[in-house]
Amino acid sequence: MSDLTSLTLKGALDGLRSKAFSSVELTQAHVDAVEAARALNAFVLETPDKALEMARAADRRIASGEAGRLEGVPLGIKDLFCTEGVRSTACSNILTPFVPTYESTVTANLFRDGAVMLGKLNMDEFAMGSSNETSAFGPVVNPWRINGGNQALTPGGSSGGSASAVAADLCLGATATDTGGSIRQPAAFTGTVGIKPTYGRCSRWGIVAFASSLDQAGPIAKTVEDAAILLTSMAGHDPKDSTSLPVETPDFVPFVGKSVKGLRIGVPKEYRVDGMPAEIEALWQQGIEWLRDAGCEIVEVSLPHTKYALPAYYIVAPAEASSNLARYDGMRYGLRAEGANLTEVYENTRAQGFGEEVKRRILIGTYVLSAGYYDAYYLKAQKVRRRIADDFDEAWKTCDALLTPTAPSAAFALGERNADPIAMYLNDVFTVTTNLAGLPSISVPAGLDAQGLPLGLQVIGRALDEGTVFSVAGALEKAAGFRAKAERWW
Amino acid sequence: MSDKLIQGRTGPWEIVLGLEIHAQVASNAKLFSGAAVGFGAGPNEQVSTVDAAMPGMLPVLNARCVELAVRTGLGLKAQINLKSRFDRKNYFYPDLPQGYQISQFEFPIVGEGEVIVERDDGSTFTVGIERLHLEQDAGKSIHDLDPNATYVDLNRSGTALMEIVSKPDMRSSEEAAAYVKKLRTILVYLGTCDGDMEKGNLRADVNVSVRRPGEGLGTRCEIKNVNSYRYIQQAIEYEARRQIEILEDGGSIHQETRLFDPGKLETRSMRSKEEAHDYRYFPDPDLLPLELDPAWVKAIEESLPELPDAKKARFQSQYGLSSYDAGVLIAEQPRADFFETAAKGRDAKLVANWTTNELLARLSKDGHEIEASPIPPTDIAALVELIETGVISSKIAKQVFEHMWAGEGAPAAIVEKHGLVQVTDTGAIEAIVDKLIAANPGQAEAVKAKPQAVGWFVGQVMRETGGKANPAAVNEILRAKLGV
Repeated sequence: MSDLTSLTLKGALDGLRSKAFSSVELTQAHVDAVEAARALNAFVLETPDKALEMARAADRRIASGEAGRLEGVPLGIKDLFCTEGVRSTACSNILTPFVPTYESTVTANLFRDGAVMLGKLNMDEFAMGSSNETSAFGPVVNPWRINGGNQALTPGGSSGGSASAVAADLCLGATATDTGGSIRQPAAFTGTVGIKPTYGRCSRWGIVAFASSLDQAGPIAKTVEDAAILLTSMAGHDPKDSTSLPVETPDFVPFVGKSVKGLRIGVPKEYRVDGMPAEIEALWQQGIEWLRDAGCEIVEVSLPHTKYALPAYYIVAPAEASSNLARYDGMRYGLRAEGANLTEVYENTRAQGFGEEVKRRILIGTYVLSAGYYDAYYLKAQKVRRRIADDFDEAWKTCDALLTPTAPSAAFALGERNADPIAMYLNDVFTVTTNLAGLPSISVPAGLDAQGLPLGLQVIGRALDEGTVFSVAGALEKAAGFRAKAERWW
Repeated sequence: MSDKLIQGRTGPWEIVLGLEIHAQVASNAKLFSGAAVGFGAGPNEQVSTVDAAMPGMLPVLNARCVELAVRTGLGLKAQINLKSRFDRKNYFYPDLPQGYQISQFEFPIVGEGEVIVERDDGSTFTVGIERLHLEQDAGKSIHDLDPNATYVDLNRSGTALMEIVSKPDMRSSEEAAAYVKKLRTILVYLGTCDGDMEKGNLRADVNVSVRRPGEGLGTRCEIKNVNSYRYIQQAIEYEARRQIEILEDGGSIHQETRLFDPGKLETRSMRSKEEAHDYRYFPDPDLLPLELDPAWVKAIEESLPELPDAKKARFQSQYGLSSYDAGVLIAEQPRADFFETAAKGRDAKLVANWTTNELLARLSKDGHEIEASPIPPTDIAALVELIETGVISSKIAKQVFEHMWAGEGAPAAIVEKHGLVQVTDTGAIEAIVDKLIAANPGQAEAVKAKPQAVGWFVGQVMRETGGKANPAAVNEILRAKLGV
C-alpha cells in the first residue's frame, strides 16, 4: 500500500473522488505506516480505531455524494490541539493524563470537512523548543539523515512530530502551530511545506496556549497546494476567539500556480546574518533568480529592527507563557503532586509537571513582568514589536512579498544544541519577525545541502494576503522541482 | 468638621476613609464565559470550561456587562472612557482557576465621577469617584467542611464585578456607611447591581488612615471584604482607634491588608505590604482593547431612569414633601413607586405620612421592605381619601389601618363592616353634649372659667361615640353650649 501513502493530499482527494480507492483503504495504509514508523517517535498517541471509524463515515458520505472538501483524508494532529475524548497533553507531564471534553475549532473545522484523524503528534512541551527535544515523550527523529550517516537528526520544533510524520509519509498532512517559527523551521528541516497564516486567521480556541499574541495554527503538508487545501479548511472567523479576524476565508487553492509575473519581491538585507552557511546564502540567491525568471521584480528592502526581534520575542513569549501556564496548578486536572500545604502542592506539582525549558521560560516571563522590571523588559519589547511591524509596513510600499531563508542551518543532530538555550533560540532568527508582526509566512523546500539535508526558503506576505504568499511559494516550488524524499531506514 | 474628630490622649485626630466597592453586575451571564450567574445553584453547577480554565479556553467579553458598567458610570456622572483595556492580575489560589484575574488596571472603562451623600442631619457631602472598572470574581474556597481539606466552588468564578473606587473623601464611619447606602441606591435604580449585601453581591474594601487635623494623609490600612453597613462602621471605629493608639504611643502605621472579625469586633493583619503579591499586571493578550461607540454610550445615557437625587428633588417640589420624607421614600425605588401610585389625586403629604410613619415603620419592625407590604398602594390611597372626605377621622383611620394590616381588605369595606363611619350628625352630637353637661355641672363651670379645659368634654363625647364623632363638630357644639 506504499503507493497510497506516497500520494499528495490532492492526489488522494482525486483518487477518493474517482473511487480509485476508499478512505478506509487510504486510512489503513497510513495506520500501517504509522505503526511501522514508531522509531521516528512522531506520534504520541495512535488512534487507529477512531481513524478507521472516521474513514468508514467518510466513505459513506462519498458514496452518498455529501463529501466535504477533505473527505476521507487521514491527517495527524499536533498534541497542542484539544481533541474531544482523545488524550491531549501538549507533550507535558503536567497534562498527563488530560482528556478534553471539547474539540478545538481548527480540528473541528477539519473534521467538518471530512478529514480523518490518525492520532496525536509529538511536539516540544507546550510548543517551547526548536528541536522537539523538550517533549515529555522524548524527541522526534527526523526521517532525513546525512548522506551515508545514521546519526539521529532533529526534525526541528516545536511541530517536529507534524513535520516528521508528513516527511515520512505517515499522514497526508498535519496540523501544527507556530509561535516563533514552530511550523516553518520543522518544515524546512524535513523538506515539507509549512505555512503560518496571518495572526487571527485560525481560531486559537481549543489550542493549548503558549503565547497568546503570537500563537497561530497552520498546516504542514507535502506540497504548497496541499497546504493551501488544508489552510482553507482550518481557517475561519470564530466568535469564541476574540482575536480571530472577522473576515471571510478565501479558497487559497487557486492562488497556487497563479502567475507571479510583475510581483515585486523584497529581499531584506538584514537577514544576511553572520555565520550563516554559504549553502543557505547560495540557495537564497537561487530563489531570487527563480523568482526573477518567473517574472518578478526583485527589490532590496531594509527591515532595520530585525536584530532586535529575537530578544523582543524571548521577552514577550515567556511573559505571556508564564501567565498562560499558571492554570496548570494541580487543582482541577492533570498532574497533582502531594505536599504538606498548598504552597508545597503547587511547587511539587509544577516542579514535577514541567520540563526544564518550560520552567526556564516561566521564570524568564515571571521576571520580565515583575514590578520594577516591567518597563525595562516587557514594555520595551512591545515597543520593539511595534517597530518591527512598522518595518514591514514600510517594506510593503516597495514590494508585495519578501523572500528569506527559513532557518540559519539545516537539521542538526539530536542533543547537539540542547545544552545552550541561546544557540537553540537562534534557530528562530528568521521566523520570529512575522510572529511579532502577525504576518503570513511559508516555508518551501528549495534544495538539499551538501550533506543531503533539505533547506527551506521563506516567503512573507502582507497581513491577510496568504494568496500572494501561496502564489510565490508555488512558483518557487515549481522552479526548485524539489522531489527528494528521505530514504526509508525506519 | 470638628464634631467628627476623635479625641485621643494627645489631642484630636481626623479619620480619612476611601472605599472600594465590589458590585456584582446584574447580568445573567458571566463576564467572559457565557455561563449562567445565579444564587442557590449546587456547588460547581454554573461553571463552563472557560471558568474552570481548561486548556485552550478563551475569554469572550459579555457586551451586556459592558453596557451595565457604562450605565453605572453615567449614573455616577462619571467620565466614560471610550477606550479601555483588560489586564491580567497574576496570583495563585485554588479558587482562581486561570492563575490570574482578568481586570482593568491601567485603563478602566469609567473614570472620575461623584456621588452626593446626605448625612443623618440632612446636610450633604460629595464623594469623588476615582474610577470604575470591570473584573472577574474568583470562586469560593470553603474551609469548614472538612478539617483536612478545602473545597472550592467555582460558581462565582468569572462573574462580572464592577469595582468602584472612591477618593478618600469620607471622615467618619457614619459618612462611609451613608456613602455605601447612597451608592447602593443608585446602582439599584440603574438596575446594574441588585445591591444584595447578604449574598455578597455588594462588598466593600475600606481604606482607613488617621491624621492630625490639617496635616497630610497618613499611612492607610485596607480592610477587606466588609459586607454590611454595621460591619463597615464597626471595622472603621476599631481600626481608627487602633491606629491612633499606635501613633500616640510613638509608633507608626505599616501599610497592610487587614480582615475584620465581626465576632470579636476587631481587625487583624492579613498581609503586610512586604508580603503583598507582585501581581505582574500586563495586557490580556486574549482580548482586544475595548472600544466603545459614542452613539452607543449616548443611547445608554438616554435610557437612564430618574435617579435618586432627581427623584428626591421632584418629590419635594411636586408633592411638597419634607426633605426627610422624600429621602425615606426615594431610598428604595419600590418605596418611591408605591408612594407615587398611592399619591395619585390624593393629599400627597398625607399619603407620605401613612406610607412612612405607619406602613414602613410597621414593615421594618419585621425587617421587611415595601415589597412585602400586605396593603397595596391603592388601599393607602383609599384610606387617605376617606380621611380627606371626612368619612373617618385620622384617629379612626389608625383603627382602619390595623384592620387593613390584618388583611381585611379595602378600607371602605372595613369602615362599613366595623361601623367606623364618623358621626357628623350635629343632632346626635348635641344630644350627647347636653346629657354630659347636665351630668357634670362642675366640669361645665370649670370650662367656663378656663376654656382650655373643654378637652375633657371632647374626650367624653369621643368615648360615648366610640371615637366616631367628628372632632371639629364636637368642639363647635361644645363651645356654643358652654358659651366659651
